[in-house]
Amino acid sequence: MSKTESKGKKDKTRGVVLESGIEVDPLYTPESINATGSPADIGRPGQYPFTRGIHPLMYRKRPFTIRQYAGFGTPTETHERFLYLIANGQTGLNVAFDLPTQTGLDSDDPMATGEVGRVGMSVDTLADFEEVFEGIDLDKITVSLTINGSAIVLVAMYLAVAQKYGFDLKSLRGTAQNDILKEFIGRGTWVFPVDPSVKLVVDIIEYCASEVPKYSPVSVCGYHIRESGANPVQEMAYAFCIAKAYIDETLRRGMDIDEFASRLSFNFDIHGNFFEQIAKFRGARRLWAKIIKEEYKAKDDKSCWLRMIAGGGGGGLTKEQPENNIARSAYYALISALSGTQTMALCSYDEAYTIPTEKAAEISLRTMQILIHEMGICDTVDPLGGSYYVETLTNQMESTIRQQMHEVDGWGGIVKLIASGDIQKAISQQAYEREKAIQDGRLLKVGLNCYRKEEEARSVGFHPYSEENARTQIARLKKIRKDRDSERVQKSLARVRKDAEDNRNLMPAVIDAVKAYATVGEITKALKDVYGEYEEPIYF
Amino acid sequence: MAEKRFKILLGKPGLDGHDVGVKVLAHALVDNGFDVVYSGLRKPIDRIVGMAVENEVDAIGLSILSGTHLVLCEQMKDEMSKRDLAIPWIVGGNIPDDDVAAIERLGAMAAFPTGTGLDEVVDYFKKLAKEKKRTV
Repeated sequence: MSKTESKGKKDKTRGVVLESGIEVDPLYTPESINATGSPADIGRPGQYPFTRGIHPLMYRKRPFTIRQYAGFGTPTETHERFLYLIANGQTGLNVAFDLPTQTGLDSDDPMATGEVGRVGMSVDTLADFEEVFEGIDLDKITVSLTINGSAIVLVAMYLAVAQKYGFDLKSLRGTAQNDILKEFIGRGTWVFPVDPSVKLVVDIIEYCASEVPKYSPVSVCGYHIRESGANPVQEMAYAFCIAKAYIDETLRRGMDIDEFASRLSFNFDIHGNFFEQIAKFRGARRLWAKIIKEEYKAKDDKSCWLRMIAGGGGGGLTKEQPENNIARSAYYALISALSGTQTMALCSYDEAYTIPTEKAAEISLRTMQILIHEMGICDTVDPLGGSYYVETLTNQMESTIRQQMHEVDGWGGIVKLIASGDIQKAISQQAYEREKAIQDGRLLKVGLNCYRKEEEARSVGFHPYSEENARTQIARLKKIRKDRDSERVQKSLARVRKDAEDNRNLMPAVIDAVKAYATVGEITKALKDVYGEYEEPIYF
Repeated sequence: MAEKRFKILLGKPGLDGHDVGVKVLAHALVDNGFDVVYSGLRKPIDRIVGMAVENEVDAIGLSILSGTHLVLCEQMKDEMSKRDLAIPWIVGGNIPDDDVAAIERLGAMAAFPTGTGLDEVVDYFKKLAKEKKRTV
């Protein structure tokens, strides 16, 4: 403890050091850019290596997509919420699921007690999706499913419901989070052991490449890694290592990099130093392009695109003086736009202690709309391009992220480090260091450890949990179990097991099971029969 | 003979996967001389209490952020009385102020909502250790 303290004090007298360990000079000049990288790397937007953005005209052609996280309670409530968001100008939906759904359990599982519909929508069968997406133009609205451990079931359900409502799978756009490796680091909704978990991610990538070509089958999340305690460089480095693990596995199936790389997407976090974040995104975008082109020999420029949702991170918000979070989130939105994000989402100001109220969610939406419509943020591409500081820092972030990735490879690779718990352990230690830095005032948070004022303590709040809704959901599940063609269900589950044993791509079998109204829990159980369950290495 | 150190089991009951806070607390407790056992994620209450018994811990801390605290504390109360145990237990996480009293009525010694300083929780355990005359 004393070691860290003295280091912190020394840093203060010596200079300014970013979380990523990069020292900031008081002044930057054209020489700074040349000393840290090649000016040719800055290039033009829409051209390799895409430092300035993946499209030539960026927001001038189309502003970033606004996609707020929503979904709670029953399918009926979620459906109403979606219609409200669409009517208010939101162009993408981001579906939150409750924990039983996320961990592959049915609503009437004993472990689901008290959790049905609590932190998101509960889904047991295709009937729930039929209700949620009724009357929504799935070929116009992009739908993002925040689902990982049970992703194969929920993606199958989404495709089945789209087909049922007459949409061509080839026209579907949207994203499945489907990034299981980060779940072992943060968020914790893993189900199966690490290797079969990766196999299922790749099954979705492989299936979508041919059947749902416009859909993003995976959104690799640096976000949760950062929220778990990683610094901005580790956030990008670990996410890239994870993405590479999925790519390597997909290539092993005989696919060509250009058949799927353009549909990979990323989800990143924003909090902390303003310029460090912007340089993080610009440097990472360039690095990713180089990795795909140089290491994987992609021929299509689109394969090299780092397409991302970048939103304000909950980790930067405070429970103290929560209205300050409105100001913080506006800066995060500005960072996101100046970094050339494709999609933006913000945490609501009250999210540090509650599920957002309607008013708070609306302020988030308006914050992003103000940026688009009042601030001129969409007028010209990459307005910070050429800034001595930003370009220098971009160079430094690129090389530091690359270096961190080499280190991970040197330690045995990301999959091995996650399976052993070593990455989690390192990140957890950092989270503790950060907390200590906040507690003893080395890391300043306004309203929390400086400019505090006596205020009425705010209670943590939740949407009132509805026992009745949970009962309705369970009753509905039981009715479907009774009414469906049980022979067809059993046959389809047997096929899921068989295909898992034979190491086939599971998407066709799972889609078949979903259409037979097999439940999330039943399909997950069939897969557990073959794969077993993950046993968490216990560490802190 | 060396005195036994105060041992705490930190548990994650239910389906909530948010473990940043509980691990940060584990680090802080170890730094302050406590023995800490961590349950890992998604453990049923009976497993957690079983672990507490096996490890002969002096106290249990439950971390719950998904909002299920009342349901899980109810189960905790039943499990403790079923096994006739008197291990002190506390709860931390996203706990609305209004629920603190309810949690305490269910048998928890204390409930620490989001925003509680690490020191406050560490001090609380120090006080418990002192009462039990254990070293830290």
